[in-house]
Amino acid sequence: MSSAEATLAARDPYHIGHAGESRARGYGAGGPASKRIVVGYGFWLFLLSDIVLFSCLFASYAVLAGATAGGPSSRQIFDLHRVALETGCLLLSSFFCGTASIAVARRSRLWTQAALVVTGLLGLAFLSLEITEFASLFAKGDGPTRSAFLTGFFTLVGCHGLHVSVGLLWLGTMMAQLYAKGFRADIRRRFLCFTMFWHFLDIIWVAIFSLVYLVGTKL
Amino acid sequence: MSLLGKLSWDAIPFDQPIPLAAGLLVIVCVAAVLVWIVVKGYVPYLWKEWITSVDHKRIGVMYCALGLLMLLRGFVDAIMMRSQQALAFDAPGYLPPEHYDQIFSAHGTIMILFGAMPLVIGLMNFVVPLQLGVRDVAFPTLNSVSFWLTATGALLVNLSLVIGEFARTGWLPFPPLSELRYSPGVGVDYYLWAVQISGVGTLLTGINFVTTILKTRAPGMTYLRMPIFCWTALASCLLIIAAFPVLTATLAMLTLDRYLGFHFFTNEAGGNAMMFTNLIWAWGHPEVYILILPCFGIFSEVISTFSAKPLFGYRSMVIATLFICLVSFCVWLHHFFTMGAGGDVNAAFGIATSIIAVGTGVKMYNWMFTMYGGRIRFATPMLWSMGFLITFITGGMTGVLLAVPPADFLLHNSMFLVAHFHHVIVSGVVFGVFAGIVYWFPKAFGFRLHEGWGKATFWFALAGFYVTFVPFYVLGLLGMTRRLQHYTVPEWRPWILISAFGILILIVSILCQVMQLVVSIKHRNELRDETGDPWVGRSLEWTTPSPPPVFNFAVLPDVENTEVYVDVKQRALAEFAREPHYEPVEMPRNSPTGFVCAFFATFVGFALIWHIWWLMIAGLVGAYATFVVFAWRDVPDYVIPAEEVARIDRAARAARQGALASAAPP
Amino acid sequence: MALRWRVAWWAAVCPAALVVGSAAGFAETAPSVLSPAGPVGAGDRIILFDATAIMLAIVVPTMLATLGFAWWFRASNTRATYRPNWTFSGQLELLVWSIPTLVIFFLGGVIWIGSHQLDPFAPLSSKVKPLEVEVIALDWKWLFIYPQQGVASINRLVVPAGTPLHLRITSATVFNDFFIPRLGSQIYAMNGMTSQLNLLADRPGTYFGLSAHFSGDGFSDMHFDAVAEPQAQFAQWVAQARAKGPVLDRAAYRGLLAQSRPAAPYTYRAVASGLFDAVAARDLPPGEGPQTGRGGVAVVPRGGT
Repeated sequence: MSSAEATLAARDPYHIGHAGESRARGYGAGGPASKRIVVGYGFWLFLLSDIVLFSCLFASYAVLAGATAGGPSSRQIFDLHRVALETGCLLLSSFFCGTASIAVARRSRLWTQAALVVTGLLGLAFLSLEITEFASLFAKGDGPTRSAFLTGFFTLVGCHGLHVSVGLLWLGTMMAQLYAKGFRADIRRRFLCFTMFWHFLDIIWVAIFSLVYLVGTKL
Repeated sequence: MSLLGKLSWDAIPFDQPIPLAAGLLVIVCVAAVLVWIVVKGYVPYLWKEWITSVDHKRIGVMYCALGLLMLLRGFVDAIMMRSQQALAFDAPGYLPPEHYDQIFSAHGTIMILFGAMPLVIGLMNFVVPLQLGVRDVAFPTLNSVSFWLTATGALLVNLSLVIGEFARTGWLPFPPLSELRYSPGVGVDYYLWAVQISGVGTLLTGINFVTTILKTRAPGMTYLRMPIFCWTALASCLLIIAAFPVLTATLAMLTLDRYLGFHFFTNEAGGNAMMFTNLIWAWGHPEVYILILPCFGIFSEVISTFSAKPLFGYRSMVIATLFICLVSFCVWLHHFFTMGAGGDVNAAFGIATSIIAVGTGVKMYNWMFTMYGGRIRFATPMLWSMGFLITFITGGMTGVLLAVPPADFLLHNSMFLVAHFHHVIVSGVVFGVFAGIVYWFPKAFGFRLHEGWGKATFWFALAGFYVTFVPFYVLGLLGMTRRLQHYTVPEWRPWILISAFGILILIVSILCQVMQLVVSIKHRNELRDETGDPWVGRSLEWTTPSPPPVFNFAVLPDVENTEVYVDVKQRALAEFAREPHYEPVEMPRNSPTGFVCAFFATFVGFALIWHIWWLMIAGLVGAYATFVVFAWRDVPDYVIPAEEVARIDRAARAARQGALASAAPP
Repeated sequence: MALRWRVAWWAAVCPAALVVGSAAGFAETAPSVLSPAGPVGAGDRIILFDATAIMLAIVVPTMLATLGFAWWFRASNTRATYRPNWTFSGQLELLVWSIPTLVIFFLGGVIWIGSHQLDPFAPLSSKVKPLEVEVIALDWKWLFIYPQQGVASINRLVVPAGTPLHLRITSATVFNDFFIPRLGSQIYAMNGMTSQLNLLADRPGTYFGLSAHFSGDGFSDMHFDAVAEPQAQFAQWVAQARAKGPVLDRAAYRGLLAQSRPAAPYTYRAVASGLFDAVAARDLPPGEGPQTGRGGVAVVPRGGT
């Protein structure tokens, strides 16, 4: 330690704990992180906040699950076969989303677009399965206004469906951007956010699948 | 269905002189200001330099301006409430219930969400990047979007003054009262969309600042070298990220109930209104700390600067901040002990609540010991802080009293409660914000605020606060509940009259504040701050000139100490004068995205309130198109050449050196 | 200096004394929670006083020290020692964390014991068999049903002094909060839920009761008198109530669901059995809320067609 540093340490009123600090960018003493890290980090925080939002919907569903008000209970309306199919579609589409990020890493326009098309089609399939489920419930008069249980169910699952729809809109925009702008740094950052979003939809769906559908058919 | 949904001429209160006159007055004032701006030719300047600005300093100033304006609006509501109660002993007063109920609902909503929040967020915006030694926040354009969405919410709330009505449910719209059956008007819808839209803005701010603080700090600035205000801002923004989605979800559920006939909180089909109470306070209690924690940070900075000492027990302060941040999520049930959850639950939440007082108590003592051994200058920011120290402690005490379930069984929802939360919010948040505004004003505008008028503002505010709110404690003990439009108990009356007199003192205080601004602007040349360091400050923002250049720092500072600027000042002037190597600076370009987005959000909100579906769809498409256009731009940044950076920085250094040479180091 | 201390002391004490004194001063007329007329209110008040005393013991010295430090270390005081680098002391930090922690430990005990002893659901210990009263909050009036006596009352709660009350409380409409300040604890009235409250009026008297949760435009009129009478007079009141007034059957109950503010209290001579439970179980429709086209601007909200 040089004498200048020693005097500095002596004057620093909180001089313990600064040993061995990292000078790597974005870590403690290293100065601002790279833009890719900053953007990814910010978007991850957004996803966390979205998880909090979903947790409220899960909580309200849990509170209202028994309040069928004379209407159907979860056991009577859930069809696990369809749900299994939906789950398959969504997880597969996440797989293709992953392949798209490999294609982006390799700077392959063709494979990126191809993988994203498959991702989108599987997402659409998921969505249409969900819509048919909702439509059949509506047809039987078991819409969200029927009982508090159905209110909670439609809101939770519908909110996820809405996220998937927004994701598809984003996916289309993303493909157009990749087509028009190529693999520019800012486009790649956005693509990183998109993939995180798409995988996040899976995480939520897995929770819905287990806590709503699996638990619901056992009740 | 008509083209304008539920909107018709009936929505304008032609038969109610008070809101009509107030609305007309506001419209005339706004129109006059707009005409003045256009005639003077300020439109291009405003558009280029402010409305489309993504500079955190400009956005911070705009947030504060919005907050101060809304503080005034909320205060007008307060005057009406106090005068109504003063007149309404065994009498109807001058405000019928359907109007009075809107007033207190609007008062709470505006003061918390559109007054205090923008002020606190505005100060964070202005100060945090400067204290961290960086050039802007992590996402500058998103920052602009946040601000304009908040402004949209404020606009919608104020629109309800002249078009339709505001909620008559209190500042938190508790169902079943807020359900369509009991509140069929548009008032609750105004509340829902205004708060929802501004809430999205706040959430984005939280994300933006957590990213900024955790990922973009000047070289060398480890966590434990961050100024305490940055720590409190971080804690506050973490709370925003964790709490505001709860608000979004809860209000969305109520919206679904009202718009689509869902049954979350209704009295029919198994709805559960208690769930709303739980969820809304799961947001509402952290919200209080979102407001107060940054103010604790402001007090810490001010007390340390004006005591000419580093903050005592910095690490303790950081721990206490994070402790409060965490525990504030475990206490929401204390807002409704009287729901009857049973002894175990009530006791657990009561104890959790009083545990928060440990963190606050530690802070109190550390501020006290910061002053110990100091050389205290009682400038206006320090006066506000002193007012806070001696006032907040009793406010905290009454808060802990309310956290004791059996005591709460007597005082819940009473005027005692109203006294308590005004006690802590006025002395904590309002005093804090004013301390912060006076403290950082020279940094933002390049001249100090007039001390005399500032001190007058403080003393009248302090006296006015006590005269207005201490009677509320008495009223609460005398069994008076809140939100009464009229009353028949004669023993309450004298205290209500004293409180109304207190409002007059507060009016004087506000007039002094206005005078302070007017006088300071008039005498700005005498009050000019040439050095950039008017208070002998201690953290990085005081190394920049006042006002700072758009890029804040010509070269990112390398931080070696907690109080880096004091350190530099103490080491040597020569070291400070050593010129760095200048490089070109890349800054984000201004963008109208935020403004245009908010423009469409306003129409979407208005359309949803009045069920004008075509307009809602048009607004959503417009907002989406705005994002796509923004995403399509090819050049997001512009470069300031090194010579220009050097020219600006050399001028600043010259001024600074002169000042440092003339002031002896402490 | 001594004078200054004295001034500071009185400046702190006087307002506090004024507040407590005046709140207690109107003991017999105002609905003050500091002049309880029953054991529940008295129990709540003891906890309130205890908690206040515990905290004042630390709050007052802290305030005085704050003022003292600020005064002594003012920049113009040349006798004060300037310690620009005194920023940390481990012993002080320990003290600073332990003082509030100890206080909260102590207070936590008070909270735990108080919450259990004074839980509103817990029955009061008394040799006398409690009087059952069923309370239904309506827009904007209180309905009190006496299942044992078979009568009901609107906006007037008559009870025998010295007899414990067991109240079961629900709401036919929005949230309300049943509160008689001088008798003690309050509790929410919520649709679809039954709250319980145990109270006791020690001595005869008329006690102000109110709703303590905002419930809409008629909220300010949702107060009532709770009248505690000697046992004989109470029996007499029951007899009178049985002799006159309408019958509260389900049809009459439906009539109460419309928003209204009765001009004066009145009684029902008989009550359909199971009415309260039917309301609490949501078997009967909830309060009607504002009805379009009725009552003009005071009832029909703007923009709601």
